[in-house]
Amino acid sequence: MTEQGTARPRRVYLFGTCLIDLFFPDAGVDTVRLLEREGLEVIFPQGQTCCGQPAYNSGYHAEARAVARQQLGLFPGDDPVIVPSGSCASMLKHHYPDLFRGEPELAQARQLSARVYELTEFLVRVLDLRLDDLGPPQKVALHTNCHARREMGVAGDAERLLDRLAHVERVPFERQTECCGFGGTFAVKHAPISAAMVGDKVTAISAAAPDLLVGGDCGCLMNIGGALERGGSPIRVQHIASLLWERTDG
Amino acid sequence: MADASRQFHERIQQALDDPQIRANFRRAMDGLMHKRAAVFPDADELERLRDLGAAVRRNALARLPDLLERLEANCVRNGMQVHWAETVAQANAIVLDIVRRHGGKSVIKGKSMVSEEMELNHHLQAHGIEALESDLGEYIVQLAGETPSHIIMPAIHKNTRQIAELFVDKLDGVEFTADAEQLTAIARNLLRRKFYDADVGLSGVNFAIAETGTLVLVENEGNGRLTTTTPNVHIAVTGIEKVIETLEEVTPLLSLLPRSATGQAITTYVNLISGPRRPGERDGPREVHLVLLDNGRTASYADPETRTTLQCIRCGACMNHCPVYARIGGHAYGTVYPGPIGEILSPQLLGCDQAGALPGASTLCGACGEVCPVRIPIPKMLVRMRREAVNRDPASAFRDSGAQRRLGEAAIWKAWARIHATPGLYSLVTRTATAFKKLPVLGPLKAWSSVRTPPRTAGKTLHQRLAARERQS
Repeated sequence: MTEQGTARPRRVYLFGTCLIDLFFPDAGVDTVRLLEREGLEVIFPQGQTCCGQPAYNSGYHAEARAVARQQLGLFPGDDPVIVPSGSCASMLKHHYPDLFRGEPELAQARQLSARVYELTEFLVRVLDLRLDDLGPPQKVALHTNCHARREMGVAGDAERLLDRLAHVERVPFERQTECCGFGGTFAVKHAPISAAMVGDKVTAISAAAPDLLVGGDCGCLMNIGGALERGGSPIRVQHIASLLWERTDG
Repeated sequence: MADASRQFHERIQQALDDPQIRANFRRAMDGLMHKRAAVFPDADELERLRDLGAAVRRNALARLPDLLERLEANCVRNGMQVHWAETVAQANAIVLDIVRRHGGKSVIKGKSMVSEEMELNHHLQAHGIEALESDLGEYIVQLAGETPSHIIMPAIHKNTRQIAELFVDKLDGVEFTADAEQLTAIARNLLRRKFYDADVGLSGVNFAIAETGTLVLVENEGNGRLTTTTPNVHIAVTGIEKVIETLEEVTPLLSLLPRSATGQAITTYVNLISGPRRPGERDGPREVHLVLLDNGRTASYADPETRTTLQCIRCGACMNHCPVYARIGGHAYGTVYPGPIGEILSPQLLGCDQAGALPGASTLCGACGEVCPVRIPIPKMLVRMRREAVNRDPASAFRDSGAQRRLGEAAIWKAWARIHATPGLYSLVTRTATAFKKLPVLGPLKAWSSVRTPPRTAGKTLHQRLAARERQS
């Protein structure tokens, strides 16, 4: 876990994640904007693809390693690597050392892992980001990804950021810390269980009647957002980077 | 085998389609989670206690062969008879032999998951010996002709009304009552006589203490004490992993087990069994036997990673907190041990052919690992056992590694890896995908779209947008 008060870097890398790349590029662009506004130079290596987690979690570790290996060389030096996803951040930070155990790239993997930050973690703990909320009053429900919560230990950071937005009211909902049922390939392999889980999640969120559901992980947002939309709910979903940028962009 | 996997999916669907199952488990699991949280009010203290519990279990496993030898020597010194069983068949034969030697016709049982592993009741019944469960939950499950759906609360899948109906249906002269206390009294009265009539009492073991040769057994109903003291012969069956070194080490584990399991500070009964009736003593069994069962545990032990599975103290907290277990219940897993611990233990004990699909039934949300009182890295082990399930490895310690590998799926992952390990190819594929606003609803997207709108690709990828941004600046 990151120590409070880490020296403020001049330059950071962005690992954009494959889901953001295809489905939520706004979240990636808004991440860059937020970081640049803080005076940081943001480098986005174009050779990046995916952290390898889908194959890793499915037990196909040789395949995951082939993909992970492609990422390893893209972030040379000591600059922090910012990941706008708790799940992908955890893959890079906590699972790469396991994935490369006994492999020649282990040292390189560890060197990368040590520099990985989940976005909200970095904004709060390293940048201590101050936010001047210019948006209208808004009721926001926050869904925290399970890996952000239990592997990265950063659930509090997204809460802190929302609480720094003067006109945002954070609304709690029932069983807030329970998984939404995404689980990567789980949503497909165990579609009926996943459907039951996201159904319950949508019911709980709807009962709290927020204007918006935000989260730090696009997997959860696709899952919950898709189910909300299918059910005809007016509640939209947004990545926290986009919410933070939109409400503070003068 | 495709059959085991298919049957697993069928049982899941049946459970999801049963509103009573969904409601019973949700209510029960909510209650258990709440109770556990209430009994661990201090987060720091809980973490310290978990550290201690994990250390005790890890240290014990690190010296397992040595501790087992000491356990045997000290149990024998206490007058117990110790038996080793590599397989469930051997364990069953040992138990049957002991019962027969005493001309036994009936066995009264305390709760024992290892005896479930052995399917002991069937075995004894097949040889004309009655085996009667005396734990209330187990009694209910036995009456219903079912198996336990939870390792601590075997009948948790039934609500009071269902139990009342079962009693009316199966027991002579019982009137319908939905009052839990009255139902308990009915079972208590029926069982009381059985303790005195039984030739043999059979129990499990929570912890076996090597240095003193003591068997620790926790329970809430007193049936464990009656089972282990009233009949002339007591047989304790347990897995070889349950040994710990010292009596002192029981303390943190006793603090953790009931709190994690049922939210109790301590169980109503804590039995420390240290041998048969001694000369001059007026009660207690005349013989105590300890049956130590391997049944695949040595394979788990051989690998330092899977060895962590053996740290388990069978509290059930992982299932109580599992969002998947809460929705499908224990029977859907089709194995003795359900829930997260069952998903990692079952493939180790039974092999990947029979149980290799189980670890897939998890979102890897980590709720299980977060509450495990002895810090078993369950999520990590779920991934490990998934790997065992889809990769044929002759060096694997576990039976049928790779049994869940499907050609089509393996080919998809190969292609996926090729695309994502080749930036040029990845760029081509993602640019093509974003050219279509909607992805074709085929294959995996079909399952996804049953309850969700299909994901819509953005007009341009993040790669494209950031490249354009760089060109502008």
